[in-house]
Amino acid sequence: MTGPLSVGGAEGLIVSERLTVNYDGGPSVLIDVDLTVEPGDLIGIVGPSGSGKSTLLRALLGTVSPVSGSVRRVAGLSVGLVPQVETIDWNFPVTVAECVGMARARGLRTPWITRRERSEITDVLERLGLHDLGGRHIRDLSGGQQQRVFLARALFTNAQVIFLDEPTSGLDVRTRHDVLHLLDDLNEEGLTIVLTTHDLNGIAAHLPTIVCLNRSVIGAGSPDEVLVPEVLERTYGSPMEVLEHGGMRVVVDAPIERNVTPLRRRDVAADRLDGQGGTTA
Amino acid sequence: MTIDELLKPFEFEFFRNGLYVATIAGALCGVVGCYVVLRNMSYIGHGLSHSIFGGYAVAGLAGVNLFLGAGIWGVVTALAVGGIVRRRPIGSDAAIGVVTTASFALGLALVQLYGSPGRNADALLFGNVLGVTTSDVFLIIGVALATGLVIFFFYRPLLFTTFDSQVAAATGVRTAWIDALLMVVLSATVLATMNVMGVTLIAATLVVPAVVARMLTDSFGKMLGLSAVIGAASGFIGMNASYHLDVASGPTIVLVSASFFIVAYVAGGSLRRRAGAVGHAH
Repeated sequence: MTGPLSVGGAEGLIVSERLTVNYDGGPSVLIDVDLTVEPGDLIGIVGPSGSGKSTLLRALLGTVSPVSGSVRRVAGLSVGLVPQVETIDWNFPVTVAECVGMARARGLRTPWITRRERSEITDVLERLGLHDLGGRHIRDLSGGQQQRVFLARALFTNAQVIFLDEPTSGLDVRTRHDVLHLLDDLNEEGLTIVLTTHDLNGIAAHLPTIVCLNRSVIGAGSPDEVLVPEVLERTYGSPMEVLEHGGMRVVVDAPIERNVTPLRRRDVAADRLDGQGGTTA
Repeated sequence: MTIDELLKPFEFEFFRNGLYVATIAGALCGVVGCYVVLRNMSYIGHGLSHSIFGGYAVAGLAGVNLFLGAGIWGVVTALAVGGIVRRRPIGSDAAIGVVTTASFALGLALVQLYGSPGRNADALLFGNVLGVTTSDVFLIIGVALATGLVIFFFYRPLLFTTFDSQVAAATGVRTAWIDALLMVVLSATVLATMNVMGVTLIAATLVVPAVVARMLTDSFGKMLGLSAVIGAASGFIGMNASYHLDVASGPTIVLVSASFFIVAYVAGGSLRRRAGAVGHAH
């Protein structure tokens, strides 16, 4: 699996073909990316920092325009986005209910949340384990609850596809598992999900489909197909090993080669040389 | 001071007009100021009022309606700031600094060269309650009603765009259009408020009530309401204080709202300490 690959066939909810993106004429952040998001997909996009994961999400959402290639979305497709928690202004005066309610912002709507909407918000909050928290300020929640509030906001738009940008960033192991199970449950119910993650073992290895991205698609498919040393090395530019544990693939850094002199030892050696034969200025 | 002395200024039409304008303008600025503060654009009110002064001078020189000319100038300036921020890697504060001060400088130069058109330039710079006419009262009522309608019909997209512009855009909200709409509302607000507050102090009426309201609540809806009440109270009390203390209306209104800030700051601190103590006790 060495060439650029695509996920799924040519038809889908969102299809990118030879998608190339740059910012203000700078170097290309994405090059010739082919990707098809089909109904019911649960796709994880992985890659190193600066590999274009967030840009790919934005391009699929339509908030970034390609310089060449195309992104096609099914007409009338409703999408939701769960942003990185680091981008949220936690001092913004908004309660959980207000945060979820603002999502229905298209078309003419009353400023206040209607009785019917209130009932829907209660349902979605209960579904995500956030019942009785509607009146709380978003800052006064745990990390996992905060993540779920923004997921609730995306669900409240009746989105057919939900994009999540680093949904488990900064979460502890247990909360990360909770979020992963929640996403799995939502996907089982028919929701299409596309997420980005840095977490190969905690998140990506549990997803049915992984896309390895480093400006272009390096590999795509199931964890068994993609989590292999060759694809990972091409994606991350660094040797990686894959172990089998309990029927799952676990990615670890390859051991450092023995013939590489550690920096501290090299410095000591250089100091000795200076002390023996070097001249001082 | 007797009740008669307190009610004495209400006998004068100029005072009643000034009071109406100051109170309505306070509520209006309180509401619009919430969006300004939460978008970290507190400097825009200051800059826009200065910019509109430039538009006022240009409109006078061009012989077009001063209000219309200055209003259009203000909207164009606000949109130019938004456009620069969107297209270049420049922060909104820096863009506001460049565009609006250049406009203000143009206004000052034109007034110096050709004289002040219409109203006294000093009155526009520092506010003058004596200059408030019945048409100014109708103007502020009109702007307040229009702003109320905009906020009623666009409450959610305005909130979504202010809180999380990227996600709002991703989910189909026309954020550029919403930003432009807010700039139009802001320009109209500044223009209608300039007579009482003056160019130099208008920023405070936009920022202070919203900041006080923010300290009192964690809910956006409540913040809007509280800010409107604090702004209106500052205008009403400030105008009365202005008459009795014989100080210009702009400074007294700002000082009243600043005193609200001090009370909210001190009270908020002691409430937090008490909440902390209760938390420890549990």
